[in-house]
Amino acid sequence: MFKKAHTLLFVLILLLTAALAGCSGSNQVDGEGDSKKTIKFMHLWPAGSSKQQNLIVSDIIKQYEAEHKDVKIEVEVLENEQYKNKIKVLSSSNELPDVGFTWAAGYMTPFVKGKLFAELDDVLNDGLKDSFVSGTTEAYAFEGKTYGLPLELNIAPIYYNKEIFEKYNLEVPQTYSEFQNVVKTLASEGVAPIALGNKDRWTGSLWYMYLADRIGGAEVLNKAIDRTGSFEDPALVSAAEEIQNLVNENAFNKGFNGVSNDEGKSEFLNGKAAMYLMGTWELPNFTTNEDIPKEFRDNVGYFKFPTVDGGKGDIDSWVGGPGVGLFVAENSEVKAESKEFVKFFVEKWGEQSVEKAGVLPATKVDTEKVELPQLYIDVLNDLNNASNLTLFADVQMSASVAETHLNLIQSLYGNEVKPKDFAKQHEDALKAEEGN
Amino acid sequence: MNKVMSDKKVIALYITPALFLILALIYVPIVQTGYYGLMKWNGIGEMEFIGLKNYSQLINDPLFWKSALHSFLLALFSALSLIGYLFISIILAGKIKGADLLRKIYLIPMLLASVAIAQLWLKIYHPTNGIINSMLLAIGVDNTPAWLAEPNIALYAIIVPIIWQYAGFYILIYYAALKNIPESLIEAARIDGASPFQIALKIKLPLIMNVIKVTIVLAVVGSLKYFDLIYVMTGGGPNGASEVMASYMYQKAFKGFDFGYASAIGFFLLIICLIVTYLIRKLTETKNDIY
Repeated sequence: MFKKAHTLLFVLILLLTAALAGCSGSNQVDGEGDSKKTIKFMHLWPAGSSKQQNLIVSDIIKQYEAEHKDVKIEVEVLENEQYKNKIKVLSSSNELPDVGFTWAAGYMTPFVKGKLFAELDDVLNDGLKDSFVSGTTEAYAFEGKTYGLPLELNIAPIYYNKEIFEKYNLEVPQTYSEFQNVVKTLASEGVAPIALGNKDRWTGSLWYMYLADRIGGAEVLNKAIDRTGSFEDPALVSAAEEIQNLVNENAFNKGFNGVSNDEGKSEFLNGKAAMYLMGTWELPNFTTNEDIPKEFRDNVGYFKFPTVDGGKGDIDSWVGGPGVGLFVAENSEVKAESKEFVKFFVEKWGEQSVEKAGVLPATKVDTEKVELPQLYIDVLNDLNNASNLTLFADVQMSASVAETHLNLIQSLYGNEVKPKDFAKQHEDALKAEEGN
Repeated sequence: MNKVMSDKKVIALYITPALFLILALIYVPIVQTGYYGLMKWNGIGEMEFIGLKNYSQLINDPLFWKSALHSFLLALFSALSLIGYLFISIILAGKIKGADLLRKIYLIPMLLASVAIAQLWLKIYHPTNGIINSMLLAIGVDNTPAWLAEPNIALYAIIVPIIWQYAGFYILIYYAALKNIPESLIEAARIDGASPFQIALKIKLPLIMNVIKVTIVLAVVGSLKYFDLIYVMTGGGPNGASEVMASYMYQKAFKGFDFGYASAIGFFLLIICLIVTYLIRKLTETKNDIY
């Protein structure tokens, strides 16, 4: 009798153990018993924070599955930061999804070197090449081969609140000294001139990049990063000085170094801050997003970052470039199907992102076809007339140098580091990287 | 029953599942971490063996020591906060009105997820419309600090919610221990004319000393490997002003793409925790230890 109970108990324990251990195992249950091929797809537009994009993605997937009865797309959605972390973990165990998102240049390099991303040149040459805006796919190229297909193209204008500008009789600044006057006037009136959430650090980097561009010209920062120049270039030091001048004039909302980008943005959206420098992925919030009051949306204009007197920069030079792009995993078991899906996705995205989300795709937009908000058309025209696009500094750099850069940006804004040391520490980090 | 339980084979049989799980989920990863710590590896692709180079880099890394200092500060404040919790528990365990309600109130933070607590305190600390600064403005303080953005305040601003978060946990443990003290002992002391203060110090404290020791270890080791609130509230910023060892490790692995170095930090952290635990046990050693 007792023996029986004993055995039973033991079996139970074993079962429990197996169940626990099984949690981490893969459970490839072929429920319907059909021979559908499954493409695992990970993206970073949750329904909560990127409603429009999320809808489009779901829509594209539906269409694709309807046209390809033998393919099933398994979707996983994560928010930006979580997405980056998860991709990192998956890549270290070589279990990337078949199709996923990546950023260009420096971010992408380790994945390419680790042979995790498949070449996509065959997809490009399959008639996609001409539909991309020139310069976008190049950011995803490594040693002459393309490993990602860009979906977004962004530039970063300074958005401003027309109502606040009118209230204090301010004109849109054309030169940096006019811009400084705007800042001084607003600060003396007790309005935060600029909304900034510098907890995220890359946000502050945008201001620095523009100042570097306007003072030293379009190439000075790029050269410092690709090591044909130096980060101790006088232009890069004086750009850092200029940031601290702005901070000391109270140009940014209070406590910006502890405020996230979303919180900073809400200062602008609530009409508490007059200006906000950010990529054009924010356009829907100022045009089509129904969650934001229409009075506010109609009140938003934008201007180009003003030129600095005596500086080498050109007003049509922008910070920006391709945003996220799609990759196909090198060791995917459904590589051919994945490539086909990526191609389909890029084409559909080019049409729908304009109409439904109001973001700029990396493919050429036909403005004749659809009714578009004026703000969007203006941005598009400026983009077409851009003399130069400088890719975000932290994306250009390798991961560890980017980390140094971002931390230094925070120190610079917090007046914890002198502009000269700021430049020197960048130079040291870049040099150390070269030695590797 | 006894016959079964004293059989070595049976004991082995029953231990096996749990042992297997512990090995697979705890000890194997520790060994792996130690192994990765000897490598130069970005988490993707090829590893390169570099011996103890990560560790020599770690010893000379001022940023790591800065974060280690922050971790130890957090541990110090957590340990000090135990005194307050003990005091509160003694009052609660003495028969006062509303003790039950108070206990429940103290427990609330324990029931909240760390991330929810982080969001709550982010709102409290918000530089312009947070509760604290709004109050300060109302009483006429002009120059209110931006709590999480000032390098010399940020760390302390985060320590406060961490201590608040664990209040219920430690109070619950102390309360349970105090309730376990036989009433007759207290009665006897009272009849002998001991004051409540003497009873607390001479009778209650010694009797729950073992529990106190355990909580000290829990608080200190927990602080050394603390991560979540800091990650959500400041991400270790501004520029590392609130970075602790665990968040520094995370930054190196996931933001800096340096898995080898991050593993070395992790392994080092494990060793530090073991040493600290050993020290605390040595320092508080008495004859009748329960562990």
